[in-house]
Amino acid sequence: MSNLMSGAKILLECLAREGVDCIFGYPGGVTLPFYDALYDHPIRHVLVRHEENAAFAAEGYSRATGKVGVCCATSGPGATNLTTGLVDAMMDSIPIVALTGQVTSKLIGSDAFQEADTFGITRPCTKHNYLVKNLADLPQVIHEAFYLANSGRPGPVLVDIPKDVFQGHYQYTPVNSIHLPGYKIHLDGHAGQIRRAAQMMWEAKRPYVYGGGGILASGATKELQELVETLDAPCVLTLMGLGSLPSSHPNFISMPGMHGSYAANMGMYDCDLLIALGVRFDDRVTGRLAAFAPHAKVIHVDIDPAEIGKNRTPDLPIVGDLKRVLSKLNKNLQELAPSMQETNSAGRREWWSMMRGWQAEHPLQPEFSTDEIKPQHLITEIDKISGGNAIVSVDVGQHQMWSAQFIRFNEPRLWLSSSGLGSMGFGLPAAIGAAFARPDKTVIAIMGDGGFQMSVPELGTIASQGLPVKMIIMNNGYLGMVRQWQELFYNNRLSSVTLDCFPDAEKLAGAYGFKGRTVEKPGELKAALDECFAEPGPYLLNVKVTPFENVFPMVPAGGAINEMVLGPVKPVTA
Amino acid sequence: MLQVISLLLENKPGALMRVTGLLSARGYNIESLTVARTTDPTLSRMTIVVDVDAVLRKQVIKQMNRLINVLQAADLTEGPAVARELVLMRVRAAMESRAAILKEAEIFGARVIDSSLEGFALEATGEAEKLDEFIDVMRSYGEIEVTRSGTVAVSLEPRKLRLSSPVATGTGTKSQSTTGVLNG
Repeated sequence: MSNLMSGAKILLECLAREGVDCIFGYPGGVTLPFYDALYDHPIRHVLVRHEENAAFAAEGYSRATGKVGVCCATSGPGATNLTTGLVDAMMDSIPIVALTGQVTSKLIGSDAFQEADTFGITRPCTKHNYLVKNLADLPQVIHEAFYLANSGRPGPVLVDIPKDVFQGHYQYTPVNSIHLPGYKIHLDGHAGQIRRAAQMMWEAKRPYVYGGGGILASGATKELQELVETLDAPCVLTLMGLGSLPSSHPNFISMPGMHGSYAANMGMYDCDLLIALGVRFDDRVTGRLAAFAPHAKVIHVDIDPAEIGKNRTPDLPIVGDLKRVLSKLNKNLQELAPSMQETNSAGRREWWSMMRGWQAEHPLQPEFSTDEIKPQHLITEIDKISGGNAIVSVDVGQHQMWSAQFIRFNEPRLWLSSSGLGSMGFGLPAAIGAAFARPDKTVIAIMGDGGFQMSVPELGTIASQGLPVKMIIMNNGYLGMVRQWQELFYNNRLSSVTLDCFPDAEKLAGAYGFKGRTVEKPGELKAALDECFAEPGPYLLNVKVTPFENVFPMVPAGGAINEMVLGPVKPVTA
Repeated sequence: MLQVISLLLENKPGALMRVTGLLSARGYNIESLTVARTTDPTLSRMTIVVDVDAVLRKQVIKQMNRLINVLQAADLTEGPAVARELVLMRVRAAMESRAAILKEAEIFGARVIDSSLEGFALEATGEAEKLDEFIDVMRSYGEIEVTRSGTVAVSLEPRKLRLSSPVATGTGTKSQSTTGVLNG
């Protein structure tokens, strides 16, 4: 009895075997056979309004769960529209699988209608990519794609499938094993190095934990907390790492870097042992490298050997999966504790008093006004409502930095932020992905008026799917972060940053059939937020905030991390 | 001084671009590149000659090793290795200089692979610098046309080739393959 199946059905079979329950996509000519097979298949397809947002939604789904997000686009423009999302996932090490249609094999290279060299274009945008020329290879490739996306250092994988491969028929038998001989994953850190790391930690007077997205990718949050508590070390978390340790944890300081807190950055400067976990020493964290943690020895743990020594040469590198490395490290720390714990306990008490001093000296403090809504005021009100429990998806810019400073997270995977690439237009589609992934959670999308206007088409997706996403626009009428830089570094010559003609939020939301509102008085903010969160469906809240507020502290690009601008230098005149 | 990177990679479409893309993305030029199948037809050996400073070269080689299609990338610049290049040359020569050309060819260990009324076709192998001299010398006898193969190199020390073993597929599997050690 032969079991001939179409390529499209084989693809769905493989996706189901990988546990896919939801695909974000946009159909087109060459993916017609796939969409026909999808018509009566249990896997849910979410029709977005632009392919870029399919990739962002897949990222949101993945960031909120740790599972592989899946997006789908047609050939040519569909595939090229995905690329920003692919690079975004690449920069933040987010596991997504992108499926693209390609023109019929025989037409490849003939400038056929809607043809683009997707395999070539997306090569540097992905962890790995495939062009499937033979249907027989399809199951193997799909399983490889999922394995590659979510193992080792996670990332995006693209599979380009010509129309004739979807249409062909083949005797399907499930592929139970894949073999990628050149795909080297180092999971277990070197035992001797881990032992040495534990010794260095007890020997340090001023240990400092610098944690990043790798902790979430590895699922090592419990191990991180144990390490931080055993050592009683201060811990900073990068934009990608927020939520790895509960924000309420006494050892958590804040985010470090360009818009990190005074204490976080002074700690970076003065520590004598920097424990770097799943981080990549990004320029937005380090500032001028030569002045970054200048007195510190560095222990760097990462699963990707190519990250070790890329920006800062560590004194002790450990290549491995953080969950495994940290659990061994914690055992080593416990074993060494009786003999070493007290070695530098006086120094460490002094270290904490320095940290607490810096925290008290310049805390991250929201601004309030009785005349206008300060952006920090808005963010702290959102934080109060969330109580550390909501999923917060942000866009890129000032509101993103204020959110990182003021919003608390009780658990991992609540904070969705395009961090490495900084893609405007990320916040809303990522919230859509998260809303499908975590229907049990309140999902808030905080956007600037710039990023929101890149995402307006997705209001259609939100409306048609009835997604209860709380969309909050921090509207200052400007591309705020660019304006801030023009003010500070370009003599306040505000060039092409004014966003006038913002639509009426109530009418805009109403046009899509859900509720919206604009507020501009501080006294009305709380009631407006309450109304927004009380609404069972989607809600678009447009909050007009002080136009000329700047994000502080700020380490100017290329500056030393301990040389922060803590507040406005001079009164600003528009 | 140029440097030599040697790679063992899967013989698959696009594998070459993945490797060279890491150099071109940084705006580095490739001085020479050779690639051919190994005794195992599923694999290729690639030799790249570049001019990239040591720190960045180390970083780029790590990133080459990260590529799924690359089994091994190694820097042969410092270690014990031999490197050779092949030159094919057509030299047009007047009757009176033919004997001198053959004499010079012999000095450089070149072979005559074609002879005609217009001149010779010659084949020479050696280190790149030696071949530069050979080309200069031959140019003095008349019009020449040269094709160089680019450097091929082999390491003189055995290198362990670490390869991953197969993994099972299926729902929600995040089983991670362990790395075995083979002699390569």
